[in-house]
Amino acid sequence: MHATLPRWRSALQVWRRNSLVWRRLMGPSLFINFGEPFLYMLGLGYGLGFFIGNSMDMPYLTFLASGILASAAMNIASFEAMYSVYTRMVPQRTYDAILAAPIEIQDILAGELLWCATKSVINGTAILIVASLLGAVHDWRAVFVIPVIFLIGLCFAGTALVMTAKAQGYDFFNYYVTLLITPMFVLSGVFYPVSSLPHWLQTVVQILPLAHAVDLLRPLVSGRPLSNAGLHLAVLVTYATVGYFIAAHLIRKRLLV
Amino acid sequence: MQNVVEMNALVKKFDERTVVQGLSLAIPAGACFGLLGPNGAGKTTTLRMLLGQSPLDGGSLHVFGLPIHEHARTVRRRTGVVPQMDNLDPDFTVAENLRVYGRYFDLPTVVLEKRLRELLEFVGLSDRADSRIGTLSGGMKRRLTIARALINDPELIVLDEPTTGLDPQARHMIWARLRELRTAGKTLLLTTHFMEEAERLCDELVIIDEGKLLEQGTPAALIRRHVEPEVLELRGQEENIRAMLAGLDGRLENVGDTLYYYARDARPATARLEKQLGTSFMHRPANLEDVFLKLTGRDLRD
Repeated sequence: MHATLPRWRSALQVWRRNSLVWRRLMGPSLFINFGEPFLYMLGLGYGLGFFIGNSMDMPYLTFLASGILASAAMNIASFEAMYSVYTRMVPQRTYDAILAAPIEIQDILAGELLWCATKSVINGTAILIVASLLGAVHDWRAVFVIPVIFLIGLCFAGTALVMTAKAQGYDFFNYYVTLLITPMFVLSGVFYPVSSLPHWLQTVVQILPLAHAVDLLRPLVSGRPLSNAGLHLAVLVTYATVGYFIAAHLIRKRLLV
Repeated sequence: MQNVVEMNALVKKFDERTVVQGLSLAIPAGACFGLLGPNGAGKTTTLRMLLGQSPLDGGSLHVFGLPIHEHARTVRRRTGVVPQMDNLDPDFTVAENLRVYGRYFDLPTVVLEKRLRELLEFVGLSDRADSRIGTLSGGMKRRLTIARALINDPELIVLDEPTTGLDPQARHMIWARLRELRTAGKTLLLTTHFMEEAERLCDELVIIDEGKLLEQGTPAALIRRHVEPEVLELRGQEENIRAMLAGLDGRLENVGDTLYYYARDARPATARLEKQLGTSFMHRPANLEDVFLKLTGRDLRD
């Protein structure tokens, strides 16, 4: 396994490269990634919230905002790790260029993971600010949302990288989005408590990472007590780490032939 | 002199196909070394192995005296690479491409900025420092790629077909820069299938085909060894030409619509041909292309 541990200094240069590109395009990028979650909060938070009232022992807007923070982090990291990483790896040949420098596959992928998580944090911070302005944030502990979002970003980026490693084109990512991202978004407690699902479905949802991300963020935003934090963190870390190592192995086999 | 690169019985297989079959060669420090061969001969694969980008299936490969599979990072830190296909970063300007690439080598900012300016000067792109990559011509992109390969002040520069697809002006400019680098004491390893390029630049070269070494030497020595010094290229009725040159001690070869007449002294042949109408011919000294075609055959490669 020693060959898959990154050299952090090289990974940071890859991160820096991506952040430089992002700064170029930051206007449209922020607008797109932030617009949708904002729309959900506004439309569902107020619209649906009117009917739900206080039946969830917190305002629905608070309930929803914490779910949206988690799912937006998932979306941003997943899409960056699939579409953008694939673009750099295949059509743009960026990795070919980097691999002629004293940088190895594992450094590139570690840099990509850090970057995907950073992008989640940038957008998550913006959503958190708007959520507080809308009055959805009830606890100073909400500042810990930021590091948790970073971890959520690592988790979903690591998982998505495995898809990217195997992808032969962009169409391949549709399967992953349809079979995992969208079901998680709908089922993992973003819009309603997971406990309202049938038991068997709850079990499935608990195996996937998004429910754990939501369970970490919601208490921090609403001020309710946080439980099972160790388990939730462990699930996110496991997905991130296992994803990274599998992706590093697959991409090494793919590029170093 | 010490060898910068040493390959010994190098083997590379893709599935069942062996693309490099026991290749051995040594590249002395300070030389411009040519790796020649038709498409699919194993040139790019050999370069990839040399950079630690492709695992060996047999043999050994040392660069700067270091075994490549354990020291790929160190080797690449001291090497510059000009790949066959441009992979400049389209999101960045000319200067940013160099800056971002230089950081991959952990260069301190002061060193990097100074070298960046010098290299833009060296490849004639100072006035394009803030241009986006998409606005550059093919020749400019190539020059920028060469500048990028020099950002770490490498001892060894590996160039995979550096002038393919360029116009003559761009090609001559690149040749001039490569000669300067050679004079500055760098070791150059280049692949090409332009024989003129190899003849002009290389101190020593090898010709490989199907992953095997066919020949090695200086361009002049290879020409002396394999072909007669004078060549006539002839176009016309083959039977007529053969009849006209009958009895002379030259050698005739047919390639497409052209006959090649190789001889120690072509004057008796030209004397006969000048009397004959309807046959056009060109008299020239033998070159590396004649050697290359003789050794690798005249069949079309893909």
